[in-house]
Amino acid sequence: MKREPNKFEEAGQVLLQEINETGDEPTTQKRSLWSAIAIPVLAILTGLIIGAVLVAATSTSVYEAFEHSFGEGLRTIFIEVFTAYKALFTGSIGDPAKISNALGSGDDRLIRAAFNPFLESLVQATPYIFAGLAVALGFRSGLFNIGVEGQLFIGAACATYVGYAITGLPFIIHMPLAFLAGALGGALWGFIPGLLKATTGGHEVINTIMMNYIAFRLTEWLLSGAMTRPGSGGMPISPLIQESAQIPQFFQSPIRFHLGFFIALGVAWLVWWLLFKTKWGLNLRTVGANPRAAKYAGLSIGKSYAIAMAISGALAGMAGGVQILAVNRSMALGLSSGYGFDSIALALIGNNHPLGVVLTSILFGTLRNGATRMMVVSKIPVDIVDVMQAIILMFVAAPAIIRSLYRLRKPKQEEETAFVSGWGGGQS
Amino acid sequence: MAPILELKGITKQFPGVLANDHIDLALNKGEILALLGENGAGKSTLMNILYGLYQPDEGDIFINDEKIVINSPTDAIDAGIGMVHQHFMLIPVFTVVENIMLGQESVKFGDFLDRADASKKILEISEQFNLPVNPNDLVRDIPVGIQQKVEIIKLLYRQAEILIFDEPTAVLTPQEADELFDIMRSLAKQGKSIIFITHKLREVLEVADRIMVIRLGAVVGETTPQQADKNSLAAMMVGREVSLVVEKETKVPGDIVVSIRDLLVTDKYQNIVVDHVSLDVRAGEVVGIAGVQGNGQTELVEAITGLRKSAGGQVTLMGRDITHATPRKITELGSAHVPEDRQMDGLVLPFPTAENLVLCTYYKKPFSKGAVLQYQIILEHAKRLIHDFDIRTPSALTPVSNLSGGNQQKVIIARELSRPIQFLMASQPTRGLDVGSIEYIHKRLVQKRDEGCAVLLVSPELDEVMELSDRIAVMFRGKILAIVDSQLVTKEQVGLMMTGEIPEEGFHANENRVVERTF
Amino acid sequence: MTTRSQIIQRKKIYEIPPTRKLFLGIVELLIALVILLGFVINTEPNTLTRFVMTPGGIDIGKMPDWVIPTLPTLIILTIIPALIGLYQLVRGFGRATNGMVGLSALCLIFGFITWQASGTSVNLAGMFTSAVLLAVPITLGAFSGVLSERAGVVNIAIEGMMLMGSMIGSLIGSITNNAWIGLVGAILSGLLLSLIHAILSIKYKINQVISGTVINIFSAGMTAFISQKYLQTNQALNSPPLFTRIPIPGLAKIPLLGPMFFNTNVFVYLTFILLIVIQVALFSTRWGLRLRSVGEHPRAADTLGIDVIRTRYEAVLLSGIVAGLAGGFFTLGSVGRFNEGMTAGKGFIGLAAMIFGNWRPLGAMGAGLIFGFADAIGSKLLLLGSAIPPQIMAMAPYLITMIVLAGFIGKGDAPAADGEPYEKE
Repeated sequence: MKREPNKFEEAGQVLLQEINETGDEPTTQKRSLWSAIAIPVLAILTGLIIGAVLVAATSTSVYEAFEHSFGEGLRTIFIEVFTAYKALFTGSIGDPAKISNALGSGDDRLIRAAFNPFLESLVQATPYIFAGLAVALGFRSGLFNIGVEGQLFIGAACATYVGYAITGLPFIIHMPLAFLAGALGGALWGFIPGLLKATTGGHEVINTIMMNYIAFRLTEWLLSGAMTRPGSGGMPISPLIQESAQIPQFFQSPIRFHLGFFIALGVAWLVWWLLFKTKWGLNLRTVGANPRAAKYAGLSIGKSYAIAMAISGALAGMAGGVQILAVNRSMALGLSSGYGFDSIALALIGNNHPLGVVLTSILFGTLRNGATRMMVVSKIPVDIVDVMQAIILMFVAAPAIIRSLYRLRKPKQEEETAFVSGWGGGQS
Repeated sequence: MAPILELKGITKQFPGVLANDHIDLALNKGEILALLGENGAGKSTLMNILYGLYQPDEGDIFINDEKIVINSPTDAIDAGIGMVHQHFMLIPVFTVVENIMLGQESVKFGDFLDRADASKKILEISEQFNLPVNPNDLVRDIPVGIQQKVEIIKLLYRQAEILIFDEPTAVLTPQEADELFDIMRSLAKQGKSIIFITHKLREVLEVADRIMVIRLGAVVGETTPQQADKNSLAAMMVGREVSLVVEKETKVPGDIVVSIRDLLVTDKYQNIVVDHVSLDVRAGEVVGIAGVQGNGQTELVEAITGLRKSAGGQVTLMGRDITHATPRKITELGSAHVPEDRQMDGLVLPFPTAENLVLCTYYKKPFSKGAVLQYQIILEHAKRLIHDFDIRTPSALTPVSNLSGGNQQKVIIARELSRPIQFLMASQPTRGLDVGSIEYIHKRLVQKRDEGCAVLLVSPELDEVMELSDRIAVMFRGKILAIVDSQLVTKEQVGLMMTGEIPEEGFHANENRVVERTF
Repeated sequence: MTTRSQIIQRKKIYEIPPTRKLFLGIVELLIALVILLGFVINTEPNTLTRFVMTPGGIDIGKMPDWVIPTLPTLIILTIIPALIGLYQLVRGFGRATNGMVGLSALCLIFGFITWQASGTSVNLAGMFTSAVLLAVPITLGAFSGVLSERAGVVNIAIEGMMLMGSMIGSLIGSITNNAWIGLVGAILSGLLLSLIHAILSIKYKINQVISGTVINIFSAGMTAFISQKYLQTNQALNSPPLFTRIPIPGLAKIPLLGPMFFNTNVFVYLTFILLIVIQVALFSTRWGLRLRSVGEHPRAADTLGIDVIRTRYEAVLLSGIVAGLAGGFFTLGSVGRFNEGMTAGKGFIGLAAMIFGNWRPLGAMGAGLIFGFADAIGSKLLLLGSAIPPQIMAMAPYLITMIVLAGFIGKGDAPAADGEPYEKE
C-alpha cells in the first residue's frame, strides 16, 4: 500500500522544489544534493582551469622558459599558475601562516590584518548579493534586467545625496533614509523600462541597456555639477556623507566588514519570502512562467512587469546605496566594477534562487577580492575575473558541455532556462 | 502487382511509450488507404518515420520492392513521398510561389531566384490537377482551403507519387472537405497513391479504398468501407463498444445568465473579426457555437471572458455589465473558462499541480491569509480535487508538464468546475484527447448543465456541438448566421451554414436524430 | 496553437486608432510650442544663422555657405508643426501619419540647430559627414543583426563582437603596421565569437539572449585584460595605421553629397556595398529565400529538405563577420587606438536600428543614419558652447533609441521564429 506522505515531508518537498525549480524548468521529483550542485561546481572548476591557461599563456616568463627547455617551460607554467592562484587564495580567504602567527602574537593589528582577506571578500560580496537578487527576481518575473548597472548608479547617487545634503538627523533615521533613497532611485530607474514594456512592448533588454548609458551620463553630470564636492576642482566626485548616514563597520582599519552584509542577507530572505510564500510572489512568477496563462488567470501582465522591474531596480539601487554608505562614503565615477553584467552571471549560476544568489555572490566577491591581490603579485589584470565569470556562466547555461567534459549522466529532464526570446515584447 | 510502398515491422519506442509496435503496411498504386486511429494511437509517428522526421528503431521501408533508408525529408522527397501536414508547413509572409519552390527553387544566373519560371510550372500543375491558385499571393492573405491546395501543389511540384494527408479536414468546412475528397479521388485516378490519416469515421467511409485501424501503436485490423460501418470501426479503434450518444435529458432552460448584444471585436490591424454578435445563454442549457476554426470564435470567447477588448456592444452576466470588466472580475462574478489552448492559456506548466489547481483563486481566502499563501490548505484542496476528478498524477507537487494531455485537461476542468459558477465558457474542451477523456469531460459538462449552469460551448467538431448543445449558433466570418434548436436541424444543414449559406427550405423537425461522435 | 481568425474578410474600422491620432496631434502641437517658447522668444530679431556647407579639411566638392535670417526661419519652423498638429487633430493624415510626425521632429531639430547657431555659424556639412561616419558602426551592427535574426537567431552579442573586433583590429594593425591586415583580424575575431554564439545557441540550444550575454561579458573582460596587459604597457601595440579618406573620382566633386558619401572612409563604401549585397542576397537569391524560411518556419523548411542547423550557422557566422568589421571601424577607421569599452553600446543601438528598420537592410541603414545624426548633433553643438551640458547632449542617441523603440516595436515584422531554438522532434 502506498504510504501517504505526511505534511512535513510535503512542506519539505515544496521547499526542495523551489530550490531546484528555475523559471521554466519542470522539476523532476527529487534530486540528490550532488546532482543539484554538480554543474555549478564543475563549471566553476573549469572556469578556474581556463583562467590558469590564460595566466600561463600571457606570461612572458613561460615563453622564455620554453625557449630554454620543455621541462623548464612546464615548471614555469606550474610556478606561475601556482603563484597566481596562491595570491588569489590568500588575498581572498587568508594566509594560514599569517593567521596562526597573528593569533600567536596576540597583536590586535596583526590579527585584523590576517583576518581581513576573508572579511573583505564578504564586503565585496555584499553589492553582488543585492545586484544578483535584482537580476534573479527579474528572471523569475519573466524579465531580463540588464540595467542593474544603471539602477545601481542612480541608487548610489540618491543615497549619496540624502547622505550628505540632509543634516541633523540621528543615525537611526538618517542611515535607513539614505539607504531607502538608494532603493527608491533604483526603483525609479527600473520602473521606466518596466513601464515601457508594459505599455508599448519595448523590449527591456535594449531599454535597460540604454538606461545604463543615460544613468552614467546623468551621474557624471550631477557629480561635476549639482553634487560636486566643493573644492574638488571640477573632479566628478561628491561630498562625503554625514556620519549619521554611514552604515557602521564592525572593526577597525583595515577591516571594512559592515552591517550591510547582514542587511543583504535579510533582504535575500525577504525576496525569498516574497517570491515563494506570498500571493504577490506567485503573481510575479506566474507572469514570468507563462504570461498568457497569467492573463487568463486574471493577472495584469503589464502591471506585473512594471512592479517587478521596480522591485528589481530597488534591489539594484540598494547595491549602490550600500556601497556608498558603508564603504566608499562618497560617490565617484568608478563606483562599479561591472556589477551589472556580473550579476546576470551570478543569478543564473545561483539558479535564480535567493539562496543560490547569496552563495554565488560570496564566491564572486571572493574571486574579485583575490584577483586584486593576484594583480599585485603576478601583474595579472583584474579583468581575468570577468573572463572566468563568462566561462562559468557559459557552462552553467549549457550544462551539456560540462556533462560531456566530465562524462556525467544526463538527468531525466533536460534543463533549460528560456526567459526571453525575440523582440515581440512578451505580450501576445 | 507489387505494392508501391511497403512498411515491414516498423517499431518506434519513445521514453515510456511504444509508439509503433511492428507495424506492417502496404500501399498499392492509385489507391487511397485510410489510416484510422485515436489521437495518440501512433499514426503520426508512423508517417513521420515514413517522411524521415523520425528514425525507426526496427523495421524496413520498401518502395517498388526496393529497400530504402529514409534519414531525412530530403530522402523522402527523393523517394517520391510527400506529406500534407496537419498544421500547414507554409510560411505566411512568403508568396505562394516562394512557398512551393522552397527547397527546389528555379534559379537563373547562378543563385538568383527565377520566380516567373516557377510560377509557370505551378500553373501547369494547377491546371492538370484542377487546383486553382494565384502564385503571387501572400500565403497569409489566402483562405485556409486554398492554403491546403498550395500544400498539395507543393508535393506535386516535387513529383511525389505517394501522398500522405495527415488529418487534412480539421480546418475545413464539411463542404470544403468534400471538395478535398474529390481532389483526392482525382489524384488517385491520375495514378497517385494516397495515405489518408484521420480519426473521423465518416470521412474514412466516404473516401477510402481500404482502411487500416491502429490502436496503441499496433495494427488491429484491416477492412474496406463496404465491409465496415461506423459502429464496427469505432469499436476497432477504441477497443471496446462505444456508446455513440451522450445521455442527456431535455430540460426547460431557466433565466438568461449571459447576454451578448451587438458585440464587435477587432484584431490588432483593426480588422473586424467578431461582427455585431448577439446571443443569450440561459441557466441549464448548453449553447454550442459551430463553425470552422478561424471564423471569430476565438476572439468572441476572449471578448466574453475579458481577455480581449471589444470595440463595441455589450456583454452582461447575471444582469451585470461585464463588457469592459477584467478577467478576474468576470471570474469572481461566477464564470468559469476552459480555454482553447490548455498548455498556453490554461496552465503554468512548470508549476506544481496544486498551484495550477488554484490558479484563479489563490489570492483569496482560504488559500491566502493576508499576503501569505497557505500551502497547507492549497495542498489539501489539490488532493481533494485529484481524487474527485480522477486526475492521474504522482503527487500534488508534480509539475503539470509531467502529466498527460488528458490529465492536464482534467486539472483545468477540476479547477473551473469545482468553483460555484453560474456560467461556463468551454472552448474546444476535448481537443486532441483520447476517447476515455472525451467521454469523461462530456459527462462533466452535461452534469454542470443539469445543475443549472449556463454553458457556452465552442468547438470546431460539428459532432461534438450537435451532441452536447441544446441550441446551436453557427458562426461564419465573424457573424452569427443562425441560432437553431439542435433537435430541429440535421448535421448537413449546420454544415451548410458553416459555409455561410442558410438552407432555403428551413428547418424540419427530425425525430429520429442520431448523432455520431467524433474521436 | 491557438487558431487566430484569418479567413474573415478584411473590414477595417479605421486605419489609425483614435487615441493614437489624438496623441500624435498633441505631440506635434507640443513640438510647435517648444520651438516657439524655447527658441523664437529667445532670439534677437535681425540675427543671422550661417551654415557652412563644406566640411573642414575638404577642398573638392566645395559649396558656398548658406546664410538665413534666424527669426523668420524659426517662425516658419513653428508654423509647420502647428499646422500639421491641427490637421492631425481635426482630420488625420491616414497613411502619411508617421511621416508627418517625422517632419515635425525634423522641424524641432533644425529649429534647435538654427537657434543654437544664431549670430554665429555651424558647419552643417561637417555635421552630416560625421553623422554618416557615426552611423557606420550602428548600421553595420544592424546588418549583423539582420543576417542572424532573419535566420531566427537573436544576436545581442554584436556589442561584444564589435568590442573584440576593435581591440584585435588595433592590435594586429599595429603589429603588422597594415590597416587591411588589422581589419582581417577584426573580422576573424568577430567570426570566432559568433562561432561560439552559434554553438551555444544552435547546438546546445541555450537561450540566445543568455548566450549573447556570455559573449558580451567575455569580450568586455578579455579586451580589458589584453589591453591592460599589453596595449597600455606598450603603446606600439596600440597605434594602428588609419584608413584614410579615398575620394571617388568625379562623384567626390558633388557639393555636400560628395564629401559625405564619395570622399570618405573605406568603411562607408563597405557599408553601402554590404547594403546592396545583403539586400539582394536575402530577397533575390535561393540562399536568401532558404535563410529567411529558416527564420520564419524552421519546421517547414526542414520538411522541404533544407538544413536548418547549417543555414543558421551560416547566418550567425556572417553576422559575426559583419560585427567584427564594425568593430574594426572604431580603431582602424575612426579613433586610431583601442580604449576599453569604446563601443559604448553601439552594438545595442544597432539592434534597435535593426528593429526600427523592420529587419531589412535598407531600413536598418535609414535608422542607423538617424541614430548617427543624433550622435553628431551632440558632439557638434558641444563645439558651439551650447547651453545644454555635454553629458546631457551625450544622452541623445540613447534617449532617441528608447523613444523610437517605444513607438515602433510590435508594429514590424520580426521573423516568426526569431529566438527559438530548432529542435528536430
